[in-house]
Amino acid sequence: MKDLLKELCLINSISGDEKNVREVIIGKIKDFCEYTVDPLGNLICFRKGRKNTDKKLMICAHMDEVGFIVTGINPDGTLAFDTVGGIDSVVTIGRPVTVGKNNLNGVVGSTAVHNLSKEKREKAPDVKSLYIDIGAENKEDAEKYVDPGDCVYFVSEFTESGNHIKSKAIDDRAGCAMMIRMIQEQPEYDTWFVFNTQEEIGLRGSRVSAFSIQPDFAIVIEATTASDIDGVSGNKKVCSLGEGGVVSFMDRSTVYDRELYNLAFETARMNNIPCQTKTMIAGGNDAGAIHITGKGIRTIAVSVPCRYLHSASCVINPADFENSYILVKKLTERIQEL
Amino acid sequence: MNIRENLFELSETAGASGNEQNVSEKALEILRKYCPDAEIVNGNVTGRFGIRNENLPELVLDAHIDQIGFIVSYITEDGFIKTGNLGGIDRRLLPAQPVVIHGKSDVKGVICSIPPHLSDSNSVPSINDVAIDTGLTKSELEEIISLGDTITFDVKCRQLLNNRVTGGAFDDRSGITAVLYALDLLRQSDKPLKYNVTVIFSVQEELGERGAKIGAFAINPDVALAVDVSFAHATGENEMKCGKLGKGAMIGISPSLSRRISDELIDTAKKNNIPYQIEVMNGLTSTNADQYSVSRDGAETCTISIPLRNMHTPVEVIDLDDIRYTGELIYQFIINNS
Repeated sequence: MKDLLKELCLINSISGDEKNVREVIIGKIKDFCEYTVDPLGNLICFRKGRKNTDKKLMICAHMDEVGFIVTGINPDGTLAFDTVGGIDSVVTIGRPVTVGKNNLNGVVGSTAVHNLSKEKREKAPDVKSLYIDIGAENKEDAEKYVDPGDCVYFVSEFTESGNHIKSKAIDDRAGCAMMIRMIQEQPEYDTWFVFNTQEEIGLRGSRVSAFSIQPDFAIVIEATTASDIDGVSGNKKVCSLGEGGVVSFMDRSTVYDRELYNLAFETARMNNIPCQTKTMIAGGNDAGAIHITGKGIRTIAVSVPCRYLHSASCVINPADFENSYILVKKLTERIQEL
Repeated sequence: MNIRENLFELSETAGASGNEQNVSEKALEILRKYCPDAEIVNGNVTGRFGIRNENLPELVLDAHIDQIGFIVSYITEDGFIKTGNLGGIDRRLLPAQPVVIHGKSDVKGVICSIPPHLSDSNSVPSINDVAIDTGLTKSELEEIISLGDTITFDVKCRQLLNNRVTGGAFDDRSGITAVLYALDLLRQSDKPLKYNVTVIFSVQEELGERGAKIGAFAINPDVALAVDVSFAHATGENEMKCGKLGKGAMIGISPSLSRRISDELIDTAKKNNIPYQIEVMNGLTSTNADQYSVSRDGAETCTISIPLRNMHTPVEVIDLDDIRYTGELIYQFIINNS
């Protein structure tokens, strides 16, 4: 599953531009299930299980990653841009990027630190003060290669060190990888698997795919912010690497179904795998759109704890990835037995 | 000589201030093609070009071999590496930045980033807040990493459009490459020289020109050229105080420099149709020139600077043409055309 994760993370596909990753996923699942692509680009798959069921269960993850979009070309040939999804300026400045349909090499530049006032050195830059440099000599030169609206992607190596994997786009290619594996391995019961679009710009793909399917239950597979890092203690860590999948009772967009929340922890206990909750009300995911779709859908989320979430250097522990997979798989069966 | 290949090879070899050995050995190997007796003297890579002539003045070609970085100052119980800075770091771009720790073997890591829900809006980490996340425990780290080991940004050089390139240590591996290119031209030429030429790739410039201080004393030149980088104009920079990429070497004019040498460099560029730019400073230059000019009984000194964007970041940008122009200018300055 780690190789699958690597392959998916290195594909460039930001919100609204999920085609690249969707086509790779289709290649991996098409022999195992029926699938359709809806008007927003969501990939909706129905996988026959070993057993029939009258409970309609949907498992979903989102395909899009955070990135940037070119908004204009400056007279000196550099590119003005804006963020797609929530990205801090401090993880944007000084990064290598890939630009547009021609996959140009670029960098996010800014005024040299030597030439900044003391006050500006101590303050996160405004994203609007940054630019992307592709090496163009001037505006006309840049216009030969780039148009406003072109997508911009983080560049990151997929590396492993100690107990960590580092890459861009682990949010949420980790969820996509788990779903591909479940489809390929065949679930116990009939299941709908949805690879959603546009999560990062406001949970938009999931809103329509959940409406189309109208399931009774939904499990969202995600990556969520862990801040178990130096200088952070107690509940501010939110969740920790190495302590298993994260099941939260509430985040910024959802109060989760209490029975499913308890069922998740009970399932983890029975299968002897670690599982943790969040110790702060933070973050949000497609559950926020799904649980209030139609006449309402009973929803739970299982997330891989991830440090430096919306950056080119997402860091996870592979054991959490594997344990989250096991938890979702077992939880699927428990929900059918409710 | 392939300028791009040399620049990339030198820039991707680490050499943070005080721990330049790896890159120094690589530079020494290349320098020995031109100066067979070259050696490392108190850290500085030093070589003499050609046959000495007692009647000629002594010229030093200086470029600094060190790059900015960090030094390991402490390993926490949780396995995070605390650091001090080596040179002027732009702290705005540190969060989630990938780095390499140069211990007994190289260890990859990511600089911790406090997620938005815990940080006070716009603040930038102080150097004491910087911690590096490697995925290794304290005891695992202690097998490989010692206090005092150095850390550099984890970055690969990449080609941009036109002749522009990006990488992490172009300050001042560009200068070293330009000096090597000048030597390559000298070796191919049968013209007599105006100087006895000594090359020095000096250490610890970023900590206050310390390598050049002892190098200047040891060599005792009559004329010194400090080949370094300076600010290239980009969006957000003051156009009046910057050079332009691709428009040639920036020849320094300053009260602290020798106006005779500045003028001779300008004349040389004009006569040989080599593009150049003027960089006016009002006192010290913040380059190794500040050491050569006042060492022992003094030397006539000038700066030759390669324009560079995003100085002291992992995404420095230069135009390879400027390295070529700089090498040609140095070559023409040294040969006797009359």
